[in-house]
Amino acid sequence: MLAKRIIPCLDVRNGKVVKGVNFEGIRDVGDPVECAAEYNKQGADEIVFYDITASFEGRGVFLDVVRETAKKVFVPLTVGGGIKTVDDIRETLRAGADKVSVNSQAVKNPQLIRDGADIFGSQCICVGIDAKKIADHKWTVYINGGRVDMGIDLIDWVHTIEKLGAGEICLNSIDADGTKEGFDIEMLKAVCDNCSIPVIASGGAGKINDFYEVFEKTGATAALAASLFHFRELTVGEVKDYCRERGVIVR
Amino acid sequence: MIAIIDYGAGNIFSVKNALDYLGLENSLVSDAESIKSADAVILPGVGAFPAAMEKLGNSGLIDVIKEEAKRKPFLGICLGMQMLFEKGYEFEECDGLGLISGSVRFMDEPDLIIPHMGWNKLEKLNDCPLLNGLGDNEYVYFVHSYKAECADENIAAYSEYGGRVPALVFDGKFVYGAQFHPEKSGDTGLKILKNFGELI
Repeated sequence: MLAKRIIPCLDVRNGKVVKGVNFEGIRDVGDPVECAAEYNKQGADEIVFYDITASFEGRGVFLDVVRETAKKVFVPLTVGGGIKTVDDIRETLRAGADKVSVNSQAVKNPQLIRDGADIFGSQCICVGIDAKKIADHKWTVYINGGRVDMGIDLIDWVHTIEKLGAGEICLNSIDADGTKEGFDIEMLKAVCDNCSIPVIASGGAGKINDFYEVFEKTGATAALAASLFHFRELTVGEVKDYCRERGVIVR
Repeated sequence: MIAIIDYGAGNIFSVKNALDYLGLENSLVSDAESIKSADAVILPGVGAFPAAMEKLGNSGLIDVIKEEAKRKPFLGICLGMQMLFEKGYEFEECDGLGLISGSVRFMDEPDLIIPHMGWNKLEKLNDCPLLNGLGDNEYVYFVHSYKAECADENIAAYSEYGGRVPALVFDGKFVYGAQFHPEKSGDTGLKILKNFGELI
């Protein structure tokens, strides 16, 4: 049986790990290569680097981080942030990423998903989605870090990206993100029931039971968290032990 | 020296990174002579079966691969494993390298999330030197939508995903194939690559 994946996410700016708290008060916390190696040791099934650097120079530094990590960490590495073109995808994969995650740019230019999947294979195209509830069982897709509502229905968008060749969805709930009150079960259920590609749950993890709950109640195949792991409130190993004891298959 | 065949398909750098990390001497090669002079060969691959076979054909490497796989340790990874078989059925029927009897078909069991992506458990079926030192609870990382169909005697280990998915296959002599990515399978994968290096 396929194991449920626990995925720590690291936000990186100018080559350093940061964690945005409600998009404000970002503070430097450490070396991304070291952090990734530590997560690997804890049993992380995959590691996500999210580049929040705006500058061209910063991009080079970031890709160096990916390159160094790929020499030391032998679990899949997903890289998101700043990927706008097929060339960006190629450059990121060549630096050692196994998958890229595209979000706002995929909404602005859905063809990027198709081109990326055609050239590099669906398996390396993860589409990140930020969505927010607008009515009962209805959500819309946001871009630019959850700041701009595109007015696109979430489920329609999921169908669209699946047809374009997305290999995986990382679904972030804007309502749940930062609350630490658990994953957005209702939204995750709606998406998992409406697509046949793997879905990563993101946003809202605050306590150990939240991971068990998302696997128990939704079809999500993976759960992602950032600050919870980054500030050592929980280790990946603790989360996996907890899930395993309750019958969830984990590595 | 382990030759990693670079024929323009897939992330060969992660295979190289893993061998470097293990201290196994290796080199990315794309010519017949380098494959002939190597002590062992790795055939990586990501993408579609026909396109990869065509690239391999265009590189003029098919004959030398078939020949060298009879005399030195040879490991196919992911699509490189699938190409070891006689035929593939991705988009169209396509000849493989024919080093192991069997074919490669789409995993079309109902209600299965495709691709088979993530960590799955290795279930041992036959003794194989690449599994030396591994326990009974080992997980490896898969990303694929097609699977091999072959005789049990060629399956060292399989994983359960809508039925048996051959994970590690071998011909009992020099040829090995991993459907999963040992270079992305943590300590378990590194151990398998180390075992492969020890066949030299």
